[in-house]
Amino acid sequence: MEFNSFAEFLAMGNHGFYVWLSYGLSAVVIAWNVVQPVLRRRRLIKEQAQRLRREKKHASQA
Amino acid sequence: MSLVTATVKRDLLLAARNPGEWLNPLMFFLMVAALFPLAVDPDPKFLSKIAGGVIWVAALLSTLLSLDALYKADVEDGSLEQWLASGESLYAMSLGKALVHWCISGLPLTIMAPVLGLMLSLPQDAYAALLLSLLVGTPVLSLLGAVGAALTAGVRSGGLLLSLLILPLYIPVLIFAASAVYHAGIGMDYNGQIGFLGALLALAACLTPFASAAALKLNLSR
Amino acid sequence: MWQWLKQLYHRLGSPKWFYEITEKWIPWLAVLSALGCVAGLVLGLAYAPADYLQGNSFRIIYIHVPAAILAQSAFMMMAVAGAVYLIWKMKMAAWVAKVVAPIGASFCLIALFTGAIWGKPTWGTWWVWDARLTSMLLLLFLYFGVIALQQAMDSEESGYKAGAILALVGLVNIPIIKYSVEWWNTLHQPATLKLTEKPSMHPDMLIPLLIMIVTTYLFFALLVILRTRNEILWHERKRQWVKEILEN
Repeated sequence: MEFNSFAEFLAMGNHGFYVWLSYGLSAVVIAWNVVQPVLRRRRLIKEQAQRLRREKKHASQA
Repeated sequence: MSLVTATVKRDLLLAARNPGEWLNPLMFFLMVAALFPLAVDPDPKFLSKIAGGVIWVAALLSTLLSLDALYKADVEDGSLEQWLASGESLYAMSLGKALVHWCISGLPLTIMAPVLGLMLSLPQDAYAALLLSLLVGTPVLSLLGAVGAALTAGVRSGGLLLSLLILPLYIPVLIFAASAVYHAGIGMDYNGQIGFLGALLALAACLTPFASAAALKLNLSR
Repeated sequence: MWQWLKQLYHRLGSPKWFYEITEKWIPWLAVLSALGCVAGLVLGLAYAPADYLQGNSFRIIYIHVPAAILAQSAFMMMAVAGAVYLIWKMKMAAWVAKVVAPIGASFCLIALFTGAIWGKPTWGTWWVWDARLTSMLLLLFLYFGVIALQQAMDSEESGYKAGAILALVGLVNIPIIKYSVEWWNTLHQPATLKLTEKPSMHPDMLIPLLIMIVTTYLFFALLVILRTRNEILWHERKRQWVKEILEN
């Protein structure tokens, strides 16, 4: 272990701001990359299931 | 081959009848170069240091201006379909088109450049390097640009998109050409840079027509 | 071997097969990349010794270098997938090429701003025209071009094709751009201290980096699969097998 305490780990020897800023921003970009396809999938499935139900309804009415 | 030479001749004739097509980019070239002393510093010592780079950046931008129209008319009036139906090689046609573009953009730029050199107090020793780098470098710009023009020929307001696609590809030419001019200006050898530009030209002349031809077919399928 | 590759190719061309097989891969990829990320970051951030010149700011390497490597590999993958689509008209390849572009661009963006942040303690400014950073910037421009072109086309199909052609032209250009930028950089030498050029790294520093690189590739595979599955669902929505999925 390079650091003696958690506070020292956070400080990163005066470079804490730069290290955590770059990791934080990267985490945001990566999180967006994960969340975006998951949300899109949900929306897609919802919309298509709706369309399918609608079409079935029409078919049964006709 | 006859169709290619006929098209090249027709396009050159069209450009001769309609001088705005190649004069406007040339005026733009002059204006961009005139902006730098106004915006930064008219001191001849400073200008002579950046002259080569400024002239090359201006050349790059004005090349983009005339690229947009390269294939537009041919896509719209159906000439493109005629080429394909004729069974003529699209590779040769793309090369011919790039040649036309160089004649109306790269060549006048090269001829015009020494005037800009005077305005920007380019060092005496750098004129040969400037002309040489433009002579070898601008055909690469035309060849690469023709790919972009073929890709965006069917896109509405494709001009801006074209610049976005093509400018990053122009970077190596810009780096070596501007550095050749700069090195000549401080009395150093610039053969390496010109040699590299020549290699780029050979590569571009061999490879870009393939991409242009594929991109042209794309416009047809629409 | 050849037969097996051919078989794999034909299978990969089938959206249904891809959708079903990746269903099983997703949890594995997610767990492995999460584990790799935790292991690499703990080792890299807490256990690796500080750099004798740059101090602790060098720990940015564990995100910067993997992202930079991946951004370049992703461009290559995009161009190869585009070529497969152009040559064999394989729909799956077009979808993969399309979904790789934004992922690659975001890794490129990560590499760029982590490099810029790293530059601040190392060189004292947020941006230095360093060879690696400059070629990353140009790579980002190439990604923007491909994405813009894909979206500008009227029909989806010509968007794929145009994007593929541009990606291939870009692929040929990347080594030339990299070489010319490096050459230009040695000429001007704005930064005497290179960010990541070390003749030999201490194993305690190197192992976390290798873990992070492998993890980034796994994670990239996961992202590509997630997005490609969405493309499959959308494009195959009228097919029977997708309808069966939707009804459940």
